[in-house]
Amino acid sequence: MTGPKIIFFILAAAIVVFSILSIFSRRILRAAIYLLFVLVAMAGLYYMMNFQFLAAVQLMLYAGGIVVLIIFSILLTSQIDSKLQAPKGSHLLAGGITAIAGIALSGITILQFTFKPSTETAVSTDMRTIGLQLMNTDVQGYALPFEVISVLLLAALVGSIFIAQKKKV
Amino acid sequence: MNLQAEIPLDYMIVLSTIVFFVGLMGVLIRRNLITMLMGIELMLNAVNINFVAFNHYLFPNRLEGHFFALIVMAIAAAEAAIAIALIINIYRQFNTVSVDDVDELKF
Repeated sequence: MTGPKIIFFILAAAIVVFSILSIFSRRILRAAIYLLFVLVAMAGLYYMMNFQFLAAVQLMLYAGGIVVLIIFSILLTSQIDSKLQAPKGSHLLAGGITAIAGIALSGITILQFTFKPSTETAVSTDMRTIGLQLMNTDVQGYALPFEVISVLLLAALVGSIFIAQKKKV
Repeated sequence: MNLQAEIPLDYMIVLSTIVFFVGLMGVLIRRNLITMLMGIELMLNAVNINFVAFNHYLFPNRLEGHFFALIVMAIAAAEAAIAIALIINIYRQFNTVSVDDVDELKF
């Protein structure tokens, strides 16, 4: 066991355990906190794969944004000490069979396929390369999706304010 | 650090498969809109691990998976904002966020 392997297994165990806890926790606020742990561990995985910018975005956007939004809406819509009803047996059975069958089917397919590792030299993932590619219109440029995303975010912003506002009677 | 020698790509994909199906199970077994939204977030994140892992292991000479994951994150943020606006609106109308009790289309 070497250093990276140990770190990977710690992160993977944290991700799997906390995601299962967040699904089965009966206290909804705890479920949100377990989701936060999963997202932070995933940022650790991105750091391991050398995508520092993506890890920072993951921490800022998910841990700082979406989880806070989810906790905010939990506090608006439910009592802090209320427990969720236990899932129905039939739902639990159907969900469990779907999950286990899906994991088995996809796992077998993945493990049978041999991936050819690339021999190309890795491009650097520093902020300069990412920024230049994000604003580029060449073959390796992503200016169009970037602009489309900005329009989508604006539409989502206006739409969510409109949906959530109090209707005048 | 040479990650490819230490951790095979299969490990990452199996991890993301497990997280994806745990998220799917969360959507299926929970009846509360907010916990269902959390299941969807788990599924989106599992997909992101796949994109980043494929980018890092199979195509290190470009950054396609990286940007795809970035755009998935932006869409997840927009989706969460819209979903929470809808949830708050539903709570105002029905005084509950359980999908079993929200059964009227028009009122």
